[in-house]
Amino acid sequence: MIHSLFVINHLGDIFLEKHWKSVISRSVCDYFFEAREKAVDPENVPPVLQTPHHYLISIYRGKLFFLSVIQTEVPPLFVIEFLHRVADTFQDYFGECSESVISDNVVIVYELLEEMLDNGFPLATESNVLKEMIRPPNILRSVVNTLTGGSNVGETLPQGQLSNIPWRRAGVKYTNNEAYFDVTEEIDAIVDKSGTTVSAEIQGVIEACVKLSGMPDLTMSFMNPRLLDDVSFHPCVRFRRWESERVLSFIPPDGNFTLMTYHISSQNLVAIPVYVKQSISFFEAGSCGRLDITIGPKQTMGKTVEDLKVTVHMPKAVLNANLTASQGNYTYDFTTKLLVWDIGKLNPQKLPNLRGSLSMQTGVPNPEENPSLNIDLKIQQLAISGLKVSRLDMYGEMYKPFKGVKYVTKAGKFQVRT
Amino acid sequence: MSTGVSYNDQGGAEAAVEAGQESTPTSSSTGAAFGLFSADFKKNEDLKEMLESNKESLKLEAMKRIVGLIAKGKSASELFPAVVKNVASKNIELKKLVYVYLVRYAEKQQDLALLSISTFQRALKDPNQFIRASALRVLSSIRVPIIVPIMMLAIKEAAADLSPYVRKTSAHAIQKLYSLDPDQKEQLIEVIEKLLKDKSTLVAGSVVMAFEEVCPDRIDLIHKNYRKLCNLLVDVEEWGQVVIISMLTRYARTQFTSPWTEGAEFDENKAFYDSDSEEKKDQTEAKPYIMDPDHRLLLRNTKPLLQSRNTAVVMAVAQLYWHLAPKHEVSIVTKSLVRLLRSHREVQYIVLQNIATMSIQRKGMFEPFIKSFYVRSTDATHIKTLKLEILTNLANEANISTILREFQTYVKSQDKAFAAATIQAIGRCATNISEVTDTCLNGLVLLLSNRDETVVAESIVVIKKLLQTQPTQHGDIIKHMAKLFDNVTVPMARASILWLMGEYCEKVPKIAPDVLRKMAKTFTAEEDIVKLQTVNLAAKLYLTNSKQTKLLTQYILNLGKYDQNYDIRDRTRFIRQLIVPNEKSGALSKYARRILLAPKPAPGLESAFKDRDRYQLGTLSHSLNLKATGYQELPDWPAVAPDQSVRNVEIVEPLRESAPIVGKTKQPKSDKFYSDDEDEKEEEGSDSSGSGSEDSSSSSEESGSESEEESSEDSEKTSSDSGKSSSGSEKSSSESESDQKKKKKTKKAPQKKSKPAGDSDSDENGNGPVGQASSSSSESSSDSESDSESDSPAPKKKTEEKAKPKVAVNSKKEVSLLDLDDFSPAPTNAPKPSVLSQSLLSDLEGLSLSNISSTVQVTTSSFGPLKTYELLHHMTGKGLSAKYHFPRQPCLYQPSMVAVQVILTNSSDHALEEIHIGDQSPASLNIHCFNTIERLEPGASVTVSMGIDFSDSTQAANFQLCTKEDQFSVSIQPAVGELLMASTMTEQDFCKEQGKLQGMNEASATITMATANASRQAINKQVLSVANVGEVPSSQNNFSRFAGQTVSSRALVLVSLELSESSGALLTINTEKSVMASMLLQDLKQAFAQA
Repeated sequence: MIHSLFVINHLGDIFLEKHWKSVISRSVCDYFFEAREKAVDPENVPPVLQTPHHYLISIYRGKLFFLSVIQTEVPPLFVIEFLHRVADTFQDYFGECSESVISDNVVIVYELLEEMLDNGFPLATESNVLKEMIRPPNILRSVVNTLTGGSNVGETLPQGQLSNIPWRRAGVKYTNNEAYFDVTEEIDAIVDKSGTTVSAEIQGVIEACVKLSGMPDLTMSFMNPRLLDDVSFHPCVRFRRWESERVLSFIPPDGNFTLMTYHISSQNLVAIPVYVKQSISFFEAGSCGRLDITIGPKQTMGKTVEDLKVTVHMPKAVLNANLTASQGNYTYDFTTKLLVWDIGKLNPQKLPNLRGSLSMQTGVPNPEENPSLNIDLKIQQLAISGLKVSRLDMYGEMYKPFKGVKYVTKAGKFQVRT
Repeated sequence: MSTGVSYNDQGGAEAAVEAGQESTPTSSSTGAAFGLFSADFKKNEDLKEMLESNKESLKLEAMKRIVGLIAKGKSASELFPAVVKNVASKNIELKKLVYVYLVRYAEKQQDLALLSISTFQRALKDPNQFIRASALRVLSSIRVPIIVPIMMLAIKEAAADLSPYVRKTSAHAIQKLYSLDPDQKEQLIEVIEKLLKDKSTLVAGSVVMAFEEVCPDRIDLIHKNYRKLCNLLVDVEEWGQVVIISMLTRYARTQFTSPWTEGAEFDENKAFYDSDSEEKKDQTEAKPYIMDPDHRLLLRNTKPLLQSRNTAVVMAVAQLYWHLAPKHEVSIVTKSLVRLLRSHREVQYIVLQNIATMSIQRKGMFEPFIKSFYVRSTDATHIKTLKLEILTNLANEANISTILREFQTYVKSQDKAFAAATIQAIGRCATNISEVTDTCLNGLVLLLSNRDETVVAESIVVIKKLLQTQPTQHGDIIKHMAKLFDNVTVPMARASILWLMGEYCEKVPKIAPDVLRKMAKTFTAEEDIVKLQTVNLAAKLYLTNSKQTKLLTQYILNLGKYDQNYDIRDRTRFIRQLIVPNEKSGALSKYARRILLAPKPAPGLESAFKDRDRYQLGTLSHSLNLKATGYQELPDWPAVAPDQSVRNVEIVEPLRESAPIVGKTKQPKSDKFYSDDEDEKEEEGSDSSGSGSEDSSSSSEESGSESEEESSEDSEKTSSDSGKSSSGSEKSSSESESDQKKKKKTKKAPQKKSKPAGDSDSDENGNGPVGQASSSSSESSSDSESDSESDSPAPKKKTEEKAKPKVAVNSKKEVSLLDLDDFSPAPTNAPKPSVLSQSLLSDLEGLSLSNISSTVQVTTSSFGPLKTYELLHHMTGKGLSAKYHFPRQPCLYQPSMVAVQVILTNSSDHALEEIHIGDQSPASLNIHCFNTIERLEPGASVTVSMGIDFSDSTQAANFQLCTKEDQFSVSIQPAVGELLMASTMTEQDFCKEQGKLQGMNEASATITMATANASRQAINKQVLSVANVGEVPSSQNNFSRFAGQTVSSRALVLVSLELSESSGALLTINTEKSVMASMLLQDLKQAFAQA
């Protein structure tokens, strides 16, 4: 299975290596660097590479490459999924997954990696189990530790690994018992030049923050579970109960976790919250171009659209942009050719508009295709698919928990072709 | 303190301060020297001192910095002696860090590493399971060959540990030891064999991993654990699931026959799978394929894992279905795979690769999701190309126009590599779908005027290929390309144009020589590939039009003769000899025309994923399209399934000889094997209370042991004695075992009168003693065993038939039938879901902690409607007649409606027009009308469906049936039984619900039954003919239970019938709707009274 792990920053420096079997020289990464060079964009590096003696499987997360070395046949997704789990764990422990944070906490990182894999086979990947063994750093503890010589390795040995429900530790106690659920839906859409929707999908996720004492057994039911025909669950959800009754029944992990994700495919009708009127044109003669974008509300279910943002990857020939925005402000990054228009709240009475001219490089043929617009937006208190949680019941414990559900709709990969 | 500067690790400065205070004068001098010599060597000296100090915090600090060094890939091996001393430290964190160090450097410092071994050996005996486990983990990770025997011993001990966590660790250690010393294989296999029997979900994944690494070919070890693994699968941790699923895929390919029968025959048999009638498999070709129940078990138990959050698990299940499931079931994985596309970029890449392979063979699977493969400009290039590949694979006549419109957008993409790939994709679509070839070709020709060179070049290359497949008149396109020739600079494109000119020079007789003339001018400046094609063109023109081009050709050949490139010189020489007639080559030049201008087969435009299906999906090899080290070929289905009884799990396995593989390997150590098995059973007994989900295999074992208790004393002695004695008598005990089992079954159902049945069977067959007699006889003389062995299965089969009249038994392998009980349906005509949901429910109950409310599932009735009622007679209806019946399907329009099908027939001599439903009464009546029928020809009839909400009353629904001219008042009066929907529930639920509906809600009557109705089938038939209810599987033979819900208000209706001794029976109906109860009671009474 997984033989070694190298963590590489965007400059190509290997700043962390870990071997679970005998040591493999870091020169193996040269093959990777070669591929990295060829790909130009780090996103384009093929995730699976072959070298004369090894196979390299890598992921790119937060400007870091996690590169694992494999010697024999293994399902590539197995490795990829694990590497992402490693990155998630770092994120969970340190708040972010970046070079500086990993270098600062190298000991904890090493201890984590040691526990997560044994001989290349995943051992403990559940965040709750790991946190019992290795405590996440915080300022207070590091101060206390330096004074008392204490450590961040748990004194008690983890019990979670042994139980039937490895995701929850025993003996959890809170003074305020609360359970919050965030239903977040992202719209992935491709909208045509003429404004017709080419494809639209909804990717939904229910994130939970559960701080309940003891061993609560929760049941969540929906007003319209029929919407959910393609779902994936946290292991805690009893699948058979879902199959028969369409309710989520589970003993929650302690703290933050993703309860379920669901996918509403393009076969269903998906509401598109905004429409975009745009015209981008480039003129051969004056080596300039014109841009005019207007955004208006379409199907917002009476809610306001917030955090509206338009991002355009301009063609290479565009040197500068001289625009006026009726609302919000725009920036144009000359080096990355990225035009970002930050609008903010969408006012249906006065539609935001961005117009002006683009100056082009002379002597270069005009780009054939107009750049597509990527839209970011957020609508509070609305799940665009219409999903609603009808009730949440708790069994197994006596106290009354505080419960809350929040809905947010965001734009995922929302693209307008021009 | 200036020394602090040289430390770059956190807390380094502090440590140095402390070190300075603590250390002896010599050390402070080294500390002072630090600023000057900041070499690694010095730094490590410092660390050494810290490690040797007495202060725990200092040691910890030092270890942390050492780990930092290791992480950066710097060497810290010279500190080994200082570090290894701390291996026995009390501080857990320090100890862990020392372990990290030890595992990293032990290989280099083997002798010193040995110092630590005794610590681990001691820790292996620690009462705390975690300390034992971690000691084993580190001990096995130290790659020092000398300690192999110690490791072996430790693994063996740990494999028998009480803690499943330690056993899991030992499974991991097996792989480590194997990679250190492959000679230990045999011993390790023994441990694996033992661990495979483990019932803990914690162990299962790890041991299968060890199995895959050490002895993947020992498939025989799996047989006995197959069902257990299938049943445990859902509860195993996610990484283990992946490994187990891929192992089981391979296993299933060797053990079951192919479910992919030939086309038409296969479709006919669909009903067989659905009805779950898992009969005994027959090997003859003519017989329809019936899936092995174990095969079905695997498919059924992996399906829920498609909902896993772990993408690797989903992919593993998808490939399992792809490789094992009947073709029509594979498509259930589609949705989940499409869901994965929203995941990380890397996951997308792998999933798309697999979908690309799948979509070549099975377009239909992904076609509904075609929009999910549309490309976004933000996708990475390799994702884009893969999506393109899939879109091309999915293209067919119906969707090609949408796909081409998409492609048009892609062609304009700024990502030129992707645009070029799109053009190739268009080319492929054009060749695959003949309808659009011309459209594509025209589109590509338009692209020729594109400003981008790569796009133009790619278009030319693709057009060239397309023209080749379409050797009709395309002179225009060739002319157009000739015109473009001057502007095209990409060599490949130029070469392609030249080749086209040459190939079709007769179609463009005027242009081709001109092109050649231009080429003659620029020949020396061209790329090699263009030069070669120029030579080619010259030769072809010379053959067809030598008058005009003779001189040009000679000129070009001369230029080529002195070219720098030897390929071109060679080609020139060859062509010259071929086409220019001279004395030497007379014979060949005659055929020059046929050689050069032979009709050439068109190049196939095929998917790059065409040949990837030779690799198992989801594997590394598939992803790389080459065989990775350690890849195991997925075996092809066996023509004839190996004996399936090998998977039967019993305390003593019956007839082991029939399993050749097992027999070979296990015979010598069978004694041990059995004693193990006995232990296993005991262990399991204690386990079962602890672990929540109990699987069917273990329950069958339990029932085995139960039967042992139930049976008479001497037979118990027999089995227990023989278990320990020689294998000969074991066999006999196995038979007595199965006999006991049989008896147990008959005990459960007292009506079946086991003894007489057994007797009559033995009479019929003329076979020796059965039952008790056989077991005792075989006990006394183990010699007689060979006889009884061959005999006993037959009577057993007979009783089986008696017990379950529905299960047809027809071959000699019926031994395994005993164990098929778990999977074969109850001997009733109850719908399949009832059986399924029952098992699901029981599983569920095992899993959950809280009390779960009963599950009531509405099902469609399996009982087809028989009664048709007259709605309108053709005499009163002026030729229009109408009949209706209740299809007993859930109504499509509204759940509270009853579905009614009306058959309208025109028996008049003229066409009836505009048949529709007019006024309704009562007005509140909610009817979903059928759409107006515009015209009904004379003699024709049409079936329409309507929905009527009767609100759970038998009040007739009156409405008018109108034609263009007339209106007829009609009414539908539903029978009370039609206001119900069949539902399924378990027996316990039934009793529970019945308990709630007592008193007012209960109506009962003693009825007399016509004798013909006394059998269970007859009862079912009668009840189902009256009311749309579902049968509840019943364990008591004299009880029949049925459950339903009213359509409108969803009130439960429970019908139970208890047969008494005489021809009488007690019929009870429980429901809130007391009016309905009495009416239903009346109806049922009538039905039973009829003969």
